[in-house]
Amino acid sequence: MSFEQILFYVFSAITVLAAGMVITVRNPVHAAMFLVLTFFSSAALWMLLEAEFLAIVLVLVYVGAVMVLFLFVVMMLDLNTTLLREGFARYLPLGILVAVLIAVIMGLAVGQNHFGLAQVAAPAPHAASYSNTQQLGELLYTTYVYPFEIAAVILLVAIVAAIALTLRRRPNTKHQRVDQQVATRREDRVRLVSMTAEERK
Amino acid sequence: MMQSLQTLLQGWGWPIGLQTLLIILIKIVAILIPLILGVAYLTYAERKIIGYMQVRIGPNRVGPRGWLQPFADVFKLMFKEIVIPSGADKGMFLLAPVLSMAPALAVWAVMPFNDTMVLANVNAGLLYVLAIGSFGVYGVIIAGWASNSKYAFLGAMRSAAQMVSYEIAMGFALVGVLIAAGSLNLGDIVRAQQGGVWHWYWLPLLPLFVVYFISGVAETNRAPFDVAEGESEIVAGFHVDYTGTAFAVFFLAEYANMIMISALTSVLFLGGWLSPFQGIPGVEHTWLAAPSLFWFLAKACIFLFLYLWFRATFPRFRYDQIMRLGWKVFIPITIVWLLLIGAAVTYGIGPWFGKA
Repeated sequence: MSFEQILFYVFSAITVLAAGMVITVRNPVHAAMFLVLTFFSSAALWMLLEAEFLAIVLVLVYVGAVMVLFLFVVMMLDLNTTLLREGFARYLPLGILVAVLIAVIMGLAVGQNHFGLAQVAAPAPHAASYSNTQQLGELLYTTYVYPFEIAAVILLVAIVAAIALTLRRRPNTKHQRVDQQVATRREDRVRLVSMTAEERK
Repeated sequence: MMQSLQTLLQGWGWPIGLQTLLIILIKIVAILIPLILGVAYLTYAERKIIGYMQVRIGPNRVGPRGWLQPFADVFKLMFKEIVIPSGADKGMFLLAPVLSMAPALAVWAVMPFNDTMVLANVNAGLLYVLAIGSFGVYGVIIAGWASNSKYAFLGAMRSAAQMVSYEIAMGFALVGVLIAAGSLNLGDIVRAQQGGVWHWYWLPLLPLFVVYFISGVAETNRAPFDVAEGESEIVAGFHVDYTGTAFAVFFLAEYANMIMISALTSVLFLGGWLSPFQGIPGVEHTWLAAPSLFWFLAKACIFLFLYLWFRATFPRFRYDQIMRLGWKVFIPITIVWLLLIGAAVTYGIGPWFGKA
């Protein structure tokens, strides 16, 4: 077994185990941390595929930003786990049916007969000077520039919508006007009075 | 030196994989030991410099002129008991210091010390720095949550919001450097700045340089952005329940992060190992004009001094002002400057981006 294969199996095992822990551990914060571990090991798997840009961006975006906000919310929730598990037995048959269906579909779609080692040869490794970032950038900004821009606009609309939904104007609150505070001069606040000395009464 | 080591190992007849592993390990130790010593003496320098700024002497009892003070502090912390609060989540409580220490050390893997001295010369170095840097926030929020204390949790919440906000401005500033240099490799970024002080990126990217360093101060939770600790309101923030070695690891991570931000600022905006005397008549043939490790360290020290100077000078920001500065001031500035730099690079405007 080559060194790459050992790495692949180690990281896949960590990914699968951590992903399993995400849905089995009781504590939501522990689950979020296992999700972080899953992202990390998937990033390592992408790194093995010489997709270093995708790998690092996965860590940067999902681990560095999305999961932080996730943890932020999860930590502040006061979850009542008994209430959440109330319908467990009732929905169990349906849940098992859906799970089995998905497993079968995935097995048929991405199983041995399509993506097995016999069907797909290992890609030839690129030279050391190959830059995944540059390749992706060139494709994104030339061939796929319109889909890329459309995706960006959709994201922008989503941001505006999210802000518009949560924004509420409360006319009674007092706000600071920072520009006015910064622009204040000494003359606006302090008045020096020139007067003769007085004797205390 | 590494070459002679390699031949020595070959002479012993070790397998090639083990040789590479051993050489990498030796390089890591060669980076980490000076770094840890640097952290130790940074704490000493901080106490001394702030002491003199406040017309005090600072530590002067342990060793000649107090030089052994950092070691006294380390031994004191090491022999203290590690208290784990009874309501704490024990595993997470002990994981948190490790999570804040690991990214502070991992970033040094791609740091170019001079033209050839770098542990991992990776193509996507700048992205790696951003990704690992963004991981540092976990140590703080996990520590705050696992302590099961209101004060620690408040500190963690403040710090998480602050670090996520400033990461955006920091990322945009790095995008500016990336556009100007045309590379994500930190070594290539320094090489693109060749040609004397006026070609370093601090001048064409001046607003980004300022934004980057201030965001770096905010990112490391140092004064005046240290609301995560905020002694006067929330005791000591996220590490209020930590004692002994566990606290020392947080301390170490904070100072290692300061050194990291200073070194990165000098690499990205002040030409890293390049000499400021390059091409100046009179000194151009002395060692001063030669690019060397000395210049890299000297530039990093300037920023470390700024860190200490800020702490001695500025009062702590109020929380809403921190958020305003990050979102409403820094991000617009960086976006405008990105457009300008993009235009300058595309059309070859100015002495810095003239078409070669």
